[in-house]
Amino acid sequence: MTSSDLEIVVEDPTAPEADSPSVVDTRTIEIAVSLLLLALAVVLGYDNWRTGIAWDSTGPQPGYFPFYLSVILGGASLYGLVTTLVAHGAAAETFVSRAQLRRVLLVFVPTALFCLAMQYLGIYVASFVLIAGFMRLVGKIALWKSLLTAFLFTAIMFVTFDLAFDVIMPKGPLEAAFGY
Amino acid sequence: MEAFGLLLHGFAVLMTWKILLLMMVGLVLGIFVGVLPGLGGPNGVAILLPLTFAMDPTSAIVMLSCIYWGALFGGAITSILFNIPGEAWSVATTFDGYPMAQQGKAAEALTAAFTSSFIGSLVAVLLITFLSPTISSFALKFGPPEFFAVYLLTFCSFVGLGREAKHKTVISMALGLLIAGVGMDTVSGTLRMTFGSTDLLRGINFLVAVIGLFGISEILLTMEERLALRGHAAKISLRVVLSVWKDLPKYWATLLRSSFIGCWLGITPGGAIAASFMGYNLAKRFSKDPESFGKGRIEGVFAPETAAHASGTAALLPMLALGIPGSGTAAILLGGLMVWGLNPGPLLFVEHKDFVWGLIASMYLGNVVGLVLVLTTVPIFASILRVPFAAVAPMIVVSCAIGAYAIQNAMFDIWLMLGFGVAGYVFKKIGIPLAPFTLALVLGSRAEDAFRLAMIGSGGSVGIFWSNGLVGAITTLAITLLFWPVIDKVFTGIGQVLRPARAQIIGPVKVSRVPRQSSTE
Repeated sequence: MTSSDLEIVVEDPTAPEADSPSVVDTRTIEIAVSLLLLALAVVLGYDNWRTGIAWDSTGPQPGYFPFYLSVILGGASLYGLVTTLVAHGAAAETFVSRAQLRRVLLVFVPTALFCLAMQYLGIYVASFVLIAGFMRLVGKIALWKSLLTAFLFTAIMFVTFDLAFDVIMPKGPLEAAFGY
Repeated sequence: MEAFGLLLHGFAVLMTWKILLLMMVGLVLGIFVGVLPGLGGPNGVAILLPLTFAMDPTSAIVMLSCIYWGALFGGAITSILFNIPGEAWSVATTFDGYPMAQQGKAAEALTAAFTSSFIGSLVAVLLITFLSPTISSFALKFGPPEFFAVYLLTFCSFVGLGREAKHKTVISMALGLLIAGVGMDTVSGTLRMTFGSTDLLRGINFLVAVIGLFGISEILLTMEERLALRGHAAKISLRVVLSVWKDLPKYWATLLRSSFIGCWLGITPGGAIAASFMGYNLAKRFSKDPESFGKGRIEGVFAPETAAHASGTAALLPMLALGIPGSGTAAILLGGLMVWGLNPGPLLFVEHKDFVWGLIASMYLGNVVGLVLVLTTVPIFASILRVPFAAVAPMIVVSCAIGAYAIQNAMFDIWLMLGFGVAGYVFKKIGIPLAPFTLALVLGSRAEDAFRLAMIGSGGSVGIFWSNGLVGAITTLAITLLFWPVIDKVFTGIGQVLRPARAQIIGPVKVSRVPRQSSTE
């Protein structure tokens, strides 16, 4: 394969290194998830038992169906928990490495902040900030490109949803200033 | 030929500028979604669903299903040019597609992929056209016990036939059914599992969960990967297209076999991935020269693509005829149906003829237009991959948020979406499948209603599920499928004792990375 065949090349300079140390292994996560699901099953099961799992004159009470589902969920989680605990000798598989976690948080944290900002700034301003900020700070893309892309995308969304399709989105002080 | 007349009526419904335009928009968006890393069929449909809220149901379903066809076509582009399967069912396409591209035959490989996708879909659409009216009119006679039995069959076949660890499928399904039950109980009006929260009164919306599970979690997963890529650029000329088409009749057996496998596996849930591998493996097995597979053989592109598309399309058959989706994407489309105010199920064929036949006609038209579109625009779409992910990721996040908020105008849903995003990320990494969850979530309340009505009818006796031949047969089949792995093991065990020479199991295809637990030899 000569290099002249390749015409599209995209580099990823901040890619997670393959030899990055493991933060947590899959087994630990499996146990944690099984325990969480088990707890959820108990809580939901209890709530449904309180609602009523018996029969009355009109048929099964509202809690009947979900109660037995909680039992199934609890049973399956317990089975998962036990099999994971028993399979002790299995090689520890990395759930997420340090470099991977860093990259995941790099999107997750801005996304969470965006959700928070949306409540105060409205969705459009928050979107603009998210896209421009992410492109500039995480993607290291030129500032003017980031701002332009963010502005265009947000504007298109505003026109599509608010003006063309009449879908009401949360708005903040900026939109209010323009009378929307 | 009543179906044929109705189909013509369907085409008449489609022939407005507005719908044709929406169709093109859907296809382009779909190919876009299929090509971009970190997005695919179900994600694309889930994220773009809010666009359709203000449309009439027919325009909406036409656009959404075109997004789906587009995504299916788009997945093949990255598989062949970049060796990156956009979807799990495109993995088998990379086996021979990428070697072909390396040998400078990218255009042939792409033409083969698009053409076979088209053929696969066409066979499945023909099946839908002529089979679904019959099935739905048969299903009109169903009462609550029959419906519950069919739901049970769907759930059980996921557990019994799925490749994931059984308890994980059960967890995924039970969780989905439970979450579907949160909120006001539709029969008695009692509040369930709300824990006094006013936000949970409404229940947890299916689409919010799907946007989180498929959209947000996919972004997180994609970020983990190395996003660098290098690939071949390709331009398809008319000469290449014609030369591939001229050879097409030579491969009729492969195409037919793969279409059949695809249709069969598509109707049973979760089949597209298995179908593509099975299509590929069988083509290899029946070939005179199996050694040449994996080194750039055009048949190796035809076989999996035909099967995957036949399966992806056939998954809509049970959704239309019975209201039971055959795949994750079909489940999302079904969720859309409810948003647009339609009641999925066999009555759809009676009450909403325009809708159903418009959709079926759009499958024909969408695939033809899609084929022409991808053949002519491959270079443009391949260059989309040059757009850095740092620009794509926040836009997808924003689209997800808009979608999640638009459904019920609730800020709480944004946080739910984020929560489901994290859950989806963890579930995918530890192998809890998301398709059963999606299906359970969308079918949950109807399954429960059917169960309760059946139980009320019988006065609480489970015997109602065996009260006549039909319902008894479905229920028995469901339970057989649930325990299929055990039954299968017993039978192979007996078979091996009787004929030790034929020890090799010709069972379901072995899919990479997921070893079958039963293969102990």
